[in-house]
Amino acid sequence: MELNELLIWARGPAFNIALAIFVFGMLLRLFEILSLGRKEDLSAARGSGVAGGLRTILSRSLPRQTLFSREPLRIINGYLLHIGLFVVIFLYRPHIELFERLFGVSWMGLPTGVVDAVTAVTILSLFVALLIRIYNPVLRFISTPGDYLIWLVTLLPLVSGYMAYNHLLLGYTLMLTLHILSVELLLIVAPFTKLTHMFSFVLARWYQGYLAGRRGVES
Amino acid sequence: MSREIGNNPLDNGTFADHLEQNGVSRRGFLKFCTSMAAALALPAGSAEVMAEALAAAKRPTVIWLSFQECTGCTESITRSHTPTIENLIFDYISLDYHHTLQVAAGLQAEEARDQAMKAAYGKYLLIVDGAIPIKDGGIYSTIAGRTNLSMLEEAAAGAAALISVGTCAAYGGLPMAHPNPTGAVPVTDIVKDKPVMNIPGCPPIGLVMTSAIAHFLTFGRLPEMDQLGRPKAFYGDSIHDRCYRRPFYDRGLFAKAFDDEGARKGWCLYELGCKGPTTHNACATMKWNDGTSFPIESGHPCLGCSEPNFWDAGGFYEALSVPQSRMGETILKAGAVGVGVGAVAAALNQRNKAATVAAQETMTVDALKKES
Repeated sequence: MELNELLIWARGPAFNIALAIFVFGMLLRLFEILSLGRKEDLSAARGSGVAGGLRTILSRSLPRQTLFSREPLRIINGYLLHIGLFVVIFLYRPHIELFERLFGVSWMGLPTGVVDAVTAVTILSLFVALLIRIYNPVLRFISTPGDYLIWLVTLLPLVSGYMAYNHLLLGYTLMLTLHILSVELLLIVAPFTKLTHMFSFVLARWYQGYLAGRRGVES
Repeated sequence: MSREIGNNPLDNGTFADHLEQNGVSRRGFLKFCTSMAAALALPAGSAEVMAEALAAAKRPTVIWLSFQECTGCTESITRSHTPTIENLIFDYISLDYHHTLQVAAGLQAEEARDQAMKAAYGKYLLIVDGAIPIKDGGIYSTIAGRTNLSMLEEAAAGAAALISVGTCAAYGGLPMAHPNPTGAVPVTDIVKDKPVMNIPGCPPIGLVMTSAIAHFLTFGRLPEMDQLGRPKAFYGDSIHDRCYRRPFYDRGLFAKAFDDEGARKGWCLYELGCKGPTTHNACATMKWNDGTSFPIESGHPCLGCSEPNFWDAGGFYEALSVPQSRMGETILKAGAVGVGVGAVAAALNQRNKAATVAAQETMTVDALKKES
């Protein structure tokens, strides 16, 4: 198979397969979570569950003082990683082109050089995250092979994209193809690992916030 | 370029004599050799070697076979506006067979080809443009009653080297595009035992062709090539990396339509479908029409015409980052299946939950007392 044929396959049939698995798997998982529901709470409400739920969806994105003072590096690194991923995925013009095709809406991107720098920081933060996971005894103990797998499938698109743009190691065409394939691997793996948190974090926070809000306690 | 077969005044004499007859000075010739050596990225001092070898070269026989093609490649090479040394090289080589350029026709033309092949057997340069259909015995393209396939096999047997001119000959091009009804293949699928150089492009740049021929005349072999058989000197860089609009790509400034403000300001054409990042050619540096411009300079994205499978690589006006699949349809179908299976999974979960609750034994105070 020639290089260009591989690129054509990656941009066409392979992407279609990965997207289908991603959408199918994600809906299946979310449906499962929603269908389990919660037991009816018969006690008298002391506060608004809905307000608590909505508040918690947002408030859990802010650091807690108590947690922050214990592990500042882990929390700062977590922010770097997630904001970095957001910038790289959603504010790079060629990526926005894809979303525009998909959803019909477009938005401003950042200069390519800025995205390039953010990519480098994001890659570094992934390595810091790995070190924290390995050197923190509790975290290491509760880590599953799946956690290391999602670390890898998140790293691959970042590294291949960075290397393609900066012409490192392999030719651009091959690197671009590997980049697209690595994203497809991520799409396939995501619904069946903890990467589901890209969507399910909303549900989890909602449930927690709703229960706490109804009982009139902080969450 | 067209000339009577045989009886050619150029037959005796060297290339230097030919240049002199055409009013080209020694200085002009050296200048040409220097720029040619530079274009080929040859080491310093090569220009003189080239000049000596070229000046002393006797007319090499060149046979040009045209198969499934559109004559665009020939058009490109003969498109020089003023008589240049490049086309004098073309004048000088003994182009003994070329459909479009030769005067002879019919049997006379085919005879000329046979004669040239016999006279210079094992030494001539064979240039091919167009793909070769091989389905059903190759009947989909014939010349003088012979299939392209048999004509190529015969001519290649006596050639010193081959040059595939244009994307069709080099990689199959348009004739090989899906669904490839004639079973078209590139030259390298048929000729395996001879050196073959690809000069892809739709069409390729004329000077790249003449440089390759000059290299062959000087050193008696083809220039250094990449893994796709292209001369590295001309196909080593991507259009994107040599593009004058590249700074706008780096700054994230893109034209969104052919007539918007960005297009007028010369911003990057990536979002209009430019395939420059994955296309290797010399357009951005050597340019077209006597160095006037190249497609991107005229405001049109690169189609990627010098790459294999460029016809099947998705829409010309779709950005490289946009998947070439029906994403909306995929999402709807996969989503419907996901919801369906999700509903079944939910029902199973509910049943499990109910079964678990039902299976729980009722614990009484007496039972607890007994256990303790």
